[in-house]
Amino acid sequence: MSRTALGFILLIIAGVVAPWLNIYPTFLMKGWCFALFACAFNLLLGYTGLLSFGHAAFFGAASYITGHALKVWGLPPEIGLLAGTVFAGVLGYLFGSLAIRRAGIYFAMITLALAQMLYFVWLQMKFTGGEDGLQGVPRGMMFGVIDLTNNVNLYYVVFAIFLFGFFMIYRTIHSPFGQVLKSIRENEPRSISLGYDVAKYKLLAFVISATLSGLAGATKTVVFQLASLTDAHWHMSGEVVLMTLLGGMGTVFGPVVGAFVIVTLQNELADKVGSWVQVIMGFIFVICVLAFRRGIVGELMALFRNLYQRPVGLSARQADVKDTKA
Amino acid sequence: MKHKLMFALVSAALMSLPAGVALAQQKKADAKPAAVKLSDGMVKIGILTDLSGTYSDLAGSGSVLAAKMAIEDFQAQEKDRAFKIELVTADHQNKGDVASNRAREWFERDQVDMIGDLVTTSTALAVMPVAKQMNRITIVSGAASTPITGKNCTDLNVHYVYDTYALAVGTGKAVVKQGGDTWFFLTADYAFGHALEKDTTEVVIANGGKVLGSVRHPFPGTDFSSFLLKAQASGAKVIGLANAGADTQNAIKQAAEFGITPKQSLAGLLMFISDIHSLGLKATQGMYLTEGFYWDFNDETRAWSKRFFEKHKRMPTMVQAGVYSSTLHYLKAVKAAGTDEAKAVMKKMKETPVNDFFAKNAKIRDDGRLVHDFYLLQVKKPQESKSPWDYYHVRQVIKAEDAVMPGAKTECPLLKM
Amino acid sequence: MFELLGITPQALYGQLLVGLINGSFYAILSLGLAVIFGMLNIINFSHGAQYMMGAFIAWIGLTQVGQWIGDPGFSVSYWTALLLSPLLVGAFGIVIERTMLRHLYKLDHLYGLLLTFGIALIIEGLFRDWYGISGQQYEIPEALQGAINLGFMFLPKYRAWVIVASLVVCFATWYVIERTKLGAYLRAGTENPKLTQAFGINVPLMITLTYGFGVALAAFAGVLAAPIFTVGPKMGADLIIVVFAVVVIGGMGSILGSIVTGLALGLIEGLTKVFYSEASAVVIFVIMVIVLLVRPAGLFGRER
Repeated sequence: MSRTALGFILLIIAGVVAPWLNIYPTFLMKGWCFALFACAFNLLLGYTGLLSFGHAAFFGAASYITGHALKVWGLPPEIGLLAGTVFAGVLGYLFGSLAIRRAGIYFAMITLALAQMLYFVWLQMKFTGGEDGLQGVPRGMMFGVIDLTNNVNLYYVVFAIFLFGFFMIYRTIHSPFGQVLKSIRENEPRSISLGYDVAKYKLLAFVISATLSGLAGATKTVVFQLASLTDAHWHMSGEVVLMTLLGGMGTVFGPVVGAFVIVTLQNELADKVGSWVQVIMGFIFVICVLAFRRGIVGELMALFRNLYQRPVGLSARQADVKDTKA
Repeated sequence: MKHKLMFALVSAALMSLPAGVALAQQKKADAKPAAVKLSDGMVKIGILTDLSGTYSDLAGSGSVLAAKMAIEDFQAQEKDRAFKIELVTADHQNKGDVASNRAREWFERDQVDMIGDLVTTSTALAVMPVAKQMNRITIVSGAASTPITGKNCTDLNVHYVYDTYALAVGTGKAVVKQGGDTWFFLTADYAFGHALEKDTTEVVIANGGKVLGSVRHPFPGTDFSSFLLKAQASGAKVIGLANAGADTQNAIKQAAEFGITPKQSLAGLLMFISDIHSLGLKATQGMYLTEGFYWDFNDETRAWSKRFFEKHKRMPTMVQAGVYSSTLHYLKAVKAAGTDEAKAVMKKMKETPVNDFFAKNAKIRDDGRLVHDFYLLQVKKPQESKSPWDYYHVRQVIKAEDAVMPGAKTECPLLKM
Repeated sequence: MFELLGITPQALYGQLLVGLINGSFYAILSLGLAVIFGMLNIINFSHGAQYMMGAFIAWIGLTQVGQWIGDPGFSVSYWTALLLSPLLVGAFGIVIERTMLRHLYKLDHLYGLLLTFGIALIIEGLFRDWYGISGQQYEIPEALQGAINLGFMFLPKYRAWVIVASLVVCFATWYVIERTKLGAYLRAGTENPKLTQAFGINVPLMITLTYGFGVALAAFAGVLAAPIFTVGPKMGADLIIVVFAVVVIGGMGSILGSIVTGLALGLIEGLTKVFYSEASAVVIFVIMVIVLLVRPAGLFGRER
């Protein structure tokens, strides 16, 4: 049995058992939504080397579309989720085709600016409820049989959605397509010279990432029964960068860990230190960048590697866990 | 192989750890359906407010203090200590989602019985349906929009202090009567601003005034100069500021800068004494505004406000006074009902009129609106102000039945029955 | 013609002037970003936070310092703050460069962006915790109170001063960089740091000072802004994203380019407010999209 498969099994066990460990289910569901969001983001940052500072755009857009589909059109949740996700994908195509015209820092600034533009659009559109947001989105019956108003049902649906997205990302990374992405990250000119249409690969990665971020946003709407500007604000984009960075970018499980740590911090600290949360997040950011660039999972793996003195010559599979591009 | 296993284990542990620590109380909440009598012999009150944002001055820690004072006063009155009361507070950062999540947690996990303050419309509207779903009470003191007791009303909510209708009736009518019969609106471009503009427009027209136009500014706005120039170009006698907090303050400041204010007058449609305090009398003198409470109104208000001032170093806003009054009213209703079950308590709250320094003989209507008097106020000139916080002339007491939207006009289905 | 458009010439000129004022802020801020980018190759995400710091220091000087030192009569005037605040914030920037940014130069430039983002969060959070999020008022200095009647509009003296001051600072910066020997060293250091170092010029020191200067520009803009806008912890965050779009439109290749783009976009934004004010928040972003489609490197930029 491969080690990643083992990781998967443990992840599944943790996910299935968690709600029976006296853990507040809404908190867990929030964690899974953000874990999916961070994983989708990681596909772009960790595996393609593109830092998007506007991923909240997709998260927020899907959130609004799903909310509207469920609340106003009265669609069943599975269709609502799909609508939001597809919309995020289309948006990803539009933003992506613009943003990949530039690289590096410019790419980051363009995605940020585009997301901010969309933020203003949501603010002014009637159906989003502006500052008030879309409140009281009904959860409904999934596929007509699963009653999502029951927290336990909802939890397992959310967890299943996470696993689906997570597996999609995993498959993408480990497909030939994913290998090309990594080669672009490592050395773009060489990939071009090898005959790859780099722009097309980047765009596709962008669209996949946007779509799955959308899925995360759509799911979040069903859980919390609301969509709001917070989901589309650039602070959200910054948060997902932090989750990925803290957990370990370019690692499969890192963003999941990062997401849960950040969500926990926010939950626990909010009561104790109030508005200092932002300062603490800032410090985590700075520390991660200065001293901790591999993130939690990346550092742990490096630690184990050192402990067991594995030869570092390596199969492709080992290589992909190691490279955190520090 | 081995290290990968360990790594996976650690990852899994990391993921479940926070959750495990977090919520041991969950089971308790699950095991217990809506309480029939005092849950654990304790009443838990949550103050959900803006502790760090734009509205922290007008609600924020002052609201928390007000709730604390209400609880202390109640316990002092009930010397035999009828029941234990606990206060929890949280910062909702003016975000509906944060508020709704916090409320969900408080209800499901911590057995909170009532949530108060709820400054800003978005947070109030987010929390109300959650409370309704879980059979708990909300008392809105901080938010303004009329839908709270209109199409979004619930039978377990009270809208205690003020709303856009009352503000429009007060300020709008007064300004038109003073001769300000042509209006131009500077509106914050979101639901609350739109509601305020709409309510005021109706009042202006009903009183024989005319609305020449309006301009919507982004929220939050920093530079209002271009919008003010538009208002200037309209030639309207009155520029209505359908915004709040920092936006209103900025607009007032910049209107003075561009030489607009002496010629055209401004009407701040939602202003608090805290806004006047930070802008200063020089910039605000002569403005009309409507509030549901003014600390310097009579001996009773002064007595309470002095107590508040000693602890907070600021005079109370109407929101903070409302939090005190409503919390006390709630606690008395719990005692009278002999339970903290929401429906029974709400029934008592609606049966008993509110009678304190905040409101006289005011009753809570079925849509949740507390029907009480409002005050039309005018900001004093700097030389008229004799002491700190001495800011207003009370120009008129607007009778409750005029200030509050008539039941027939609201969209709340609870009133139609 | 004006009748046709449904506006008066007065309103139009007024809006254009207001647009020019906003453009001045865009210009100083994007200039600062461009100077830093030229030398350090990073985008300074904390630029907005440093702009906010500049404003706050001026405000603290005017209203708080007196109480701190137990002499309520004492206060730092606007004019002193205009000099002092950029110096302090510049020094703060130098500390950040020396202790943190320096370690990131050998890495991907994105780490610089991430680090400065984190710093921006910290600065903003701290000021929010100390002074609350609702703004503080800063009085217009006595000498600049009142307005000039231009016939078609009242131009507040202070706003006229903002335009003049920022234009002077922008063009002085341009002159120093493009026309003096010091500027030549700088440009050489940008072009080829190793070679420049080999000529005996202390490139690391130059980098440090450049960052300090860029940050000081932001603080200068902050002090200029203090009497116009409310001094609050979020004042920079909202502005900086627009400035990013300005930078993308202009391209960061040239100093003059960033100044001109900043001013021009201010004017365009002003015009939008006349004709369709709902779009004023997005117009700069829309222009950015168009520029990206037509000239991906930006109006004045060259592809690196």
